[in-house]
Amino acid sequence: MKYEVIMAGEQTLTEKILSRAAGKAVTPNDIVEISVDLIGFHDLTGFHVIEVIESVGYKYIPNPEKLVIAFDHLVPPPDVRSAEIQKLVRELARKSKVLNFHDVGDGILHQLLLEKYVEPGQVVVGADSHTSTAGALGAFAQGMGATDVAAALLTGKTWVSVPQSFKVVLKGVPKKWVTGKDVALEILREFKADYFNGMSLEFYVEKSSEFPMDYRATVSNMGIEFNADSTLFVPDAETYSYLKNERGVECKMISPDKNASYVDEHVIDLKDVDLLVAAPYSVDNVKGVREVEGMEVDMVFIGSCTNGRLSDLEIAAKMMKGRKVRSRCVVIPASRKVFNKALELGYIQTLVSAGCVVTFSTCGPCIGGHFGVAGPDEVILSTSNRNFKGRMGSPNSKTFLVGPSVAAASAVLGKVSEPGELQ
Amino acid sequence: MIVSGRVIKLGDKIDTDLIIPAKHLKYTDPQYLAQHVLEPLDPEFHKKASKGVVLIAGKLFGMGSSREQAAIALKAAGVKAVLAESFARIFFRNAVNNGLPVMSCSKITEFVVDGDYISVNLSTGEVSLPEKGINLKCKELPEVVIKILSSGGLIEYLKGVK
Ligand code: SF4
Repeated sequence: MKYEVIMAGEQTLTEKILSRAAGKAVTPNDIVEISVDLIGFHDLTGFHVIEVIESVGYKYIPNPEKLVIAFDHLVPPPDVRSAEIQKLVRELARKSKVLNFHDVGDGILHQLLLEKYVEPGQVVVGADSHTSTAGALGAFAQGMGATDVAAALLTGKTWVSVPQSFKVVLKGVPKKWVTGKDVALEILREFKADYFNGMSLEFYVEKSSEFPMDYRATVSNMGIEFNADSTLFVPDAETYSYLKNERGVECKMISPDKNASYVDEHVIDLKDVDLLVAAPYSVDNVKGVREVEGMEVDMVFIGSCTNGRLSDLEIAAKMMKGRKVRSRCVVIPASRKVFNKALELGYIQTLVSAGCVVTFSTCGPCIGGHFGVAGPDEVILSTSNRNFKGRMGSPNSKTFLVGPSVAAASAVLGKVSEPGELQ
Repeated sequence: MIVSGRVIKLGDKIDTDLIIPAKHLKYTDPQYLAQHVLEPLDPEFHKKASKGVVLIAGKLFGMGSSREQAAIALKAAGVKAVLAESFARIFFRNAVNNGLPVMSCSKITEFVVDGDYISVNLSTGEVSLPEKGINLKCKELPEVVIKILSSGGLIEYLKGVK
């Protein structure tokens, strides 16, 4: 990607990206039209985007080269209507020559965007709120509704209200078993779900390798739960090596200016972050795992675009090696690539031997779709990102959001447990 | 642009899974969606809204998923406008794009109760509760948003501009 030099004062990463995309220097609260680099949608929003495009008289999807489609929400289709939706999107994608098309089983859209498409400094929009995940690579990424995404496809542009930038510094080294999920929950515990509404969070990692890409993806994924306008990790050595090792590409890095001004700054010392849980029915109802320890668990779900990555499966496999699960446990890798790697490393075999149900990538139980819909009064421990009433099935079920180590240890013991309990 | 009607008042953090549960997202037909709007909160909501109501809510109305059906369902059920202390970004855009008036009003829940009659001038931000003799000033909507709302939504607006 080429960057034109925009003359402006010292800028945050957000302001830099948006200035480039607007073709002029922007400041917070400006409402500007920006060009879009990458657009995504999935099966469940895709048919709606297509309806909008067709309603303005288009027979093909415009700008197919910017588009990534991944079927993930209802895959493989659990009912006729889902199959019908997918057929409609698949056929139009083929006719429109959408090359970046991922059918059933390739992976969850947000994971595929990281694995194959997103570059630092891009503007990414997607018809799904968790498009924020792409911020892990230093992109300005926003979820939008079907009409906004259709408009982005039709015009190559969208509009944004330029958010104020807020700086978060992650310093030090996390404790054993503490991962990106606990950091996301720590932010929700401290600031609650409405504090960052209208702001863009920029994360500076002091020791880049101590907060690897998988953790960053989890935090950016949950950026929408903070209601932040976007959640970006300032590209660093970890970003560079992820892109080089996983994708074989050398991307141009982009950084905020040294004296960029932020609305505020918050420092998190990773050694102080504990294992946390978000209790029903709100993502910011955060407690220490100890506070709910011992509660019986009906089902554990390890997966989703939040925590279905290789490091999550590695942690689960470590916890379950040579053991059996007492709670029902469903494990879903976020992409085929993750699945294959986990097979190669023996994690899948370990999880299957422990009694987990392991399947190809799909959103599955995260939206109460299939592969483990929550029943009335059931207690679910999930590594996904939302515990709203009825989100995973029955409105009377209760979802507790946790990281992979607590999920796996609890599955083995059949009750909410810290990983240390296993020894 | 003025809207008025009786109030239905809701709390903070009304998320999109509450407004329209995921199991209904395979459809976009407004009449179908209207039947299920806010179902987990109150299965009778669509009947109560059918005569035309103004929703008043607390913080972060519409937080959560990007499902545009949330805005479509509210509008089709008879919701004429939503005034909330704050909105989630995606929902706010979806509402405007579908011609459902939305306005941020920082302390609105302190003044309004269920059943009040309310009149809202979206262009000036003036809100009045004539039965109580209360007048409030909220944040008026930008002109372009008013234009989109008057056209009935983004697509209709874009067709008009062309
Ligand atoms: S895994 Fe859950 S949160 Fe992620 S895209 Fe799928 S439904 Fe949405």
